[in-house]
Amino acid sequence: MSRLPAIPVQRRDSRLRVGSIGDWVFRRITALFALSIVALLAGMGFEMARASALSVASFGFGFLSGVNWDPVHRSFGALPFVFGTLLSSLLALLIAVPISFGIATYLSEFAPGAARGPLGFMVELLAAVPSVVYGLWGTFVLVPWLRDSVEPLLSSCCGGLPFFAGPQHGFGMLAGAVILAIMITPTISSVSREVLGVVPLTLREGALALGATRWEAVRIAVLPYARSGLFGAVLLGLGRALGEAMAITMLIGNRAEISSSLFAPGYTMASVIANEFTEATEDLHLAALAEIGVLLFLITVALNIVARLLVWRVGRLAARGEA
Amino acid sequence: MAQHRTRLVVDFCVRALCLLATLLALLPLVSVLGYVVVRGAGGLSWAFLTELPKPLGEAGGGMANAIQGTLRLVLIAALLAIPAGVLSGVYLAEFKHTRFAKLARFCADVMSGIPSITVGLFVYGLVVTATRHFSALAGGLSLGFLMLPSVARTTEEFVKLVPESLREAALGLGASAWRTTLWVLLRTAAPGIAVGIMLAVARVAGETAPLLFTAFNNRFWSESVNEPTASLPVAIYTYAVSPYDEWHRQAWAAALVLILVVLLLNLSARLVVGRKVRL
Repeated sequence: MSRLPAIPVQRRDSRLRVGSIGDWVFRRITALFALSIVALLAGMGFEMARASALSVASFGFGFLSGVNWDPVHRSFGALPFVFGTLLSSLLALLIAVPISFGIATYLSEFAPGAARGPLGFMVELLAAVPSVVYGLWGTFVLVPWLRDSVEPLLSSCCGGLPFFAGPQHGFGMLAGAVILAIMITPTISSVSREVLGVVPLTLREGALALGATRWEAVRIAVLPYARSGLFGAVLLGLGRALGEAMAITMLIGNRAEISSSLFAPGYTMASVIANEFTEATEDLHLAALAEIGVLLFLITVALNIVARLLVWRVGRLAARGEA
Repeated sequence: MAQHRTRLVVDFCVRALCLLATLLALLPLVSVLGYVVVRGAGGLSWAFLTELPKPLGEAGGGMANAIQGTLRLVLIAALLAIPAGVLSGVYLAEFKHTRFAKLARFCADVMSGIPSITVGLFVYGLVVTATRHFSALAGGLSLGFLMLPSVARTTEEFVKLVPESLREAALGLGASAWRTTLWVLLRTAAPGIAVGIMLAVARVAGETAPLLFTAFNNRFWSESVNEPTASLPVAIYTYAVSPYDEWHRQAWAAALVLILVVLLLNLSARLVVGRKVRL
């Protein structure tokens, strides 16, 4: 009796039970492409470390605390850029987080079923608008509005504070923070919505059955469960804000100064790379810009790792709870 | 009773605030789209789509070279990222429990979060310093790197959604495992993967930052992929930050073209999801 063709069993994890050259080759080829993703990430870290080596060797940790950025005199200190990046991103979070949580809660808990799809799609379209178009809109629409309406209002009602002092150009930290807030809102809200979506239905039902109102059910049963995932969503938004280059370059004013006023122009790490990298001719200048790039890369990679772990945790919790 | 009423009032207020937040977030979307359409329509003409930019001071001229450049860059990116992304996505889905798949998935997620400008820096070091000039190839490469993780992850998600019974049927008919994956699973998942690709293309078509020091810019047609090339996003940026009214008009028109492309891709992706893909 001739042997039957071997049929692979246990297909779930596709481990090869029987030797088939086609399967072996197929697995190796796809693995090679998957490896390319890992290699790309590692290659980026390596290449940028190499590009910035000169600057790291010349300035050491002084690079981070130096406030003077003067390519002509070969003096490079990154503090104004770090400050500008952190401040604009944190301000953006201050605006975007409450709004995004509101959106996520509305879309996953309160909205009528028929409205969820279209509204969610429109919020996601906010993320689809290219960054440079936000920059264009910001330059000709947002900045004049801030200069003529918002900034005079802020300085007249809380003018005593140092944050709202000084000349009102429109271009400056405030404009940068507002545009960043608009751009990260879809990120934070869609990840938050995902997180709220994996919270088991039974938790809500339990709270509602005990007489809680819809909001109380969310507050008592859903939010505590989703907390770490929501925090992850905020971190992902922060990562996007830190790395955003075009829109903020067009709006923040691009002056390497540290000012307490939100009306004053600032500068960010991504902006200085975007503005100066093609014009830099000296090796040290290029290396200094690359070092800023490395910092940005490391910060965002670390943020993303933490954020993903937090978001995954909620999913795992849910999977375990239901099993 | 009074306490009950307070609770209902609080409930109502929170729900109203949440709705308000949603509407507030849509305001900028409406404003951006409205301004781009109104201001862009004024500058849009046949000449804009078919002519080269005129020297400063002369009226008219267009951005045909930038449109060509963007198409070329996106094509290079797609040629690079679609095969590589789909195949690595297949690996992530088919061998999902292996340690290496977990690592690759994690790297893809992390990579989709890193700033696009650092990808530009990377390609500058990799290609531009090696070839000693800016080129469409370098620009397309950086856009491809940006596309790769998202194509891989969407492919993975949609391949995982294919019902196990289809695989069993194919294997039962005697197909080998790899043929089953390619001819049955991948084909079933194809509409979903197409959606993922469309969204990824829409995203990179509007990327500016990585192009600044890879594809650079060009006032003329670029003859080959080895030359610096213009692109719509970079053109919008250069024209928007210039002090000339005529250039601002053209920037709005270019923004309209770019937004139309991006919206069209997003909307059709949405329709495909609605029609063909059961999620």
